[in-house]
Amino acid sequence: MRPEVATRRWMLAPALLLFAAVAVLPIAELVAMSLARIDWIQGKANWQYVGLSQYARVFGDPLFRAGAFNTLLFAAGAVLAQMVLGFALALMTTRITRGRVLYRTVFLLPILVPGIVIGAIWKLMYNFDFGVLNQMLGVFGLAPVDWLGNGATALLAVIVVDVWHWTPFVFLLMLAGLESLPTDVYEAARVDGATFWQELRHVTLPLMLPAIVVTLVFRLIVSVKVFDEIYLLTGGGPGTATEVVSYTIFRRFFTEGQTGYGSAMSVVVLFALALAFILARAVTRRREATT
Amino acid sequence: MNRARLQSLTLHAALVACALVVLGPFVWIALAGFKTQISLMLGEIAFTPMLDNFRELLFSSTSDYLANFRNSLIVAGASTVIVLVVSTLAAYSIERMGWPRWVVHLFLLGAAVFNAIPAITLVGAWYVMFRSLDMYNTYAAVILAHATLNLPIGIWLMATFIREVPRELEEAARIDGCGTLALLWRIIVPVVMPGLAATAILVFIHSWNEFVVALNLTAKQTATVPVAIAKYAQEHETKYGEMAAGALLSTLPALLLLFFGQRHIVRGLTAGAVK
Repeated sequence: MRPEVATRRWMLAPALLLFAAVAVLPIAELVAMSLARIDWIQGKANWQYVGLSQYARVFGDPLFRAGAFNTLLFAAGAVLAQMVLGFALALMTTRITRGRVLYRTVFLLPILVPGIVIGAIWKLMYNFDFGVLNQMLGVFGLAPVDWLGNGATALLAVIVVDVWHWTPFVFLLMLAGLESLPTDVYEAARVDGATFWQELRHVTLPLMLPAIVVTLVFRLIVSVKVFDEIYLLTGGGPGTATEVVSYTIFRRFFTEGQTGYGSAMSVVVLFALALAFILARAVTRRREATT
Repeated sequence: MNRARLQSLTLHAALVACALVVLGPFVWIALAGFKTQISLMLGEIAFTPMLDNFRELLFSSTSDYLANFRNSLIVAGASTVIVLVVSTLAAYSIERMGWPRWVVHLFLLGAAVFNAIPAITLVGAWYVMFRSLDMYNTYAAVILAHATLNLPIGIWLMATFIREVPRELEEAARIDGCGTLALLWRIIVPVVMPGLAATAILVFIHSWNEFVVALNLTAKQTATVPVAIAKYAQEHETKYGEMAAGALLSTLPALLLLFFGQRHIVRGLTAGAVK
């Protein structure tokens, strides 16, 4: 073996070892556990093989169904709002000359703060009795709203928190993208007398498309993982109004101690998302190749 | 007033409004941290600032906040170091050491797919695994989990930064008879130092902020700051003031990094997403 080959192997080895021991092995363990009913007797696991029956249960589980539906709704709603707002903010920022860095500093703040802290902040702001939102409603003589305790507003309230949390991230990526666009095409568009909307539609958006797609995929990946805010704000309620799959897994596996069943649910979510990601990647790659 | 000036004023007005929407909640929680529970519940606008919440949080015998803070520093620090070392080695190996293309693609795809998987789906398996290894409620368990979760982003970022290093630099060193490890340490690392800083800051913040893994793999002795804050919100009688004070203090590392390393943060967040 040539010496470089030996070197490049051992240099890759630590990463492969970590992935094997802390990612692949646990996934294999999950699959094994998903085929069994596991009871904990004095800290010892007692396995009873049940085949694929727990998978059938996952798809019929009303909590899981509500969770899957809400997760999709949450991800679609939050990410769409973040993309539009973040893009608009970035576009505005590129049109000012002074103070760009200051605005960027302020907008960076929510990205860096723990999700649980964001949850804590909004839990106080949404509070029925003394939250700032209801105080503002009171100023206008309006009745207070139970934002998180009402099935009609709870999911929307959680989406608002996520939009507040992550629009700055979209803003940052869009700003970086806009700042790196060539200036000559804009001059050409000006010379041709293009209006703002024409310029946006025919110059900016097409040029920004790759950055937009990457940001969109980034955001979708993170938003389907949502857990912290739900844990702190609503615990999935009221009823199943804000139940998301991460929370359902947590509930079944940890709160209720259904090790085997929780594993089956984890396996379903894990492979569904991995597959969705690979498909999304294939589609965006193909588009890149054809254009 | 001319048109350009009017436009500029309108834009600044809109951006200031957005900045207020972003800052408002932070100001509100900061104020809440200095209020008594009663003042908070009455929704007082004018109030006498009190340090009671902070005193209770930091020095009371029933509060573990300082220990939580130390735990978070240990976990985030150690997992950052692991990610930096492991991902730099791996990134250099796949970028510059002549692996067949399919190996590189497969490795990066695997890392990207792993990055798309929610941590909660793995936490159950980790819990069972670390329990059977007697590692539940140890720093090592959380550190290993955090390091692995952040490894894809570390490899991705370091590969992007190493790719930008001119090959001529290495070739010159090779001719001088430099070994691979020495080359990496003496030539590559100094050149990608800003990239390493960006990766370090990002991984540190990810680990510092991480909740669901820490929640399920730690107990009292190793609980991190987010776990502690969540506990304040979940207890029978929610201690709002202390929760606010704890939340406020937990943002200190982020504020420090924002102040001193903003350039690196922006670079880390945007690298790879924008060419």
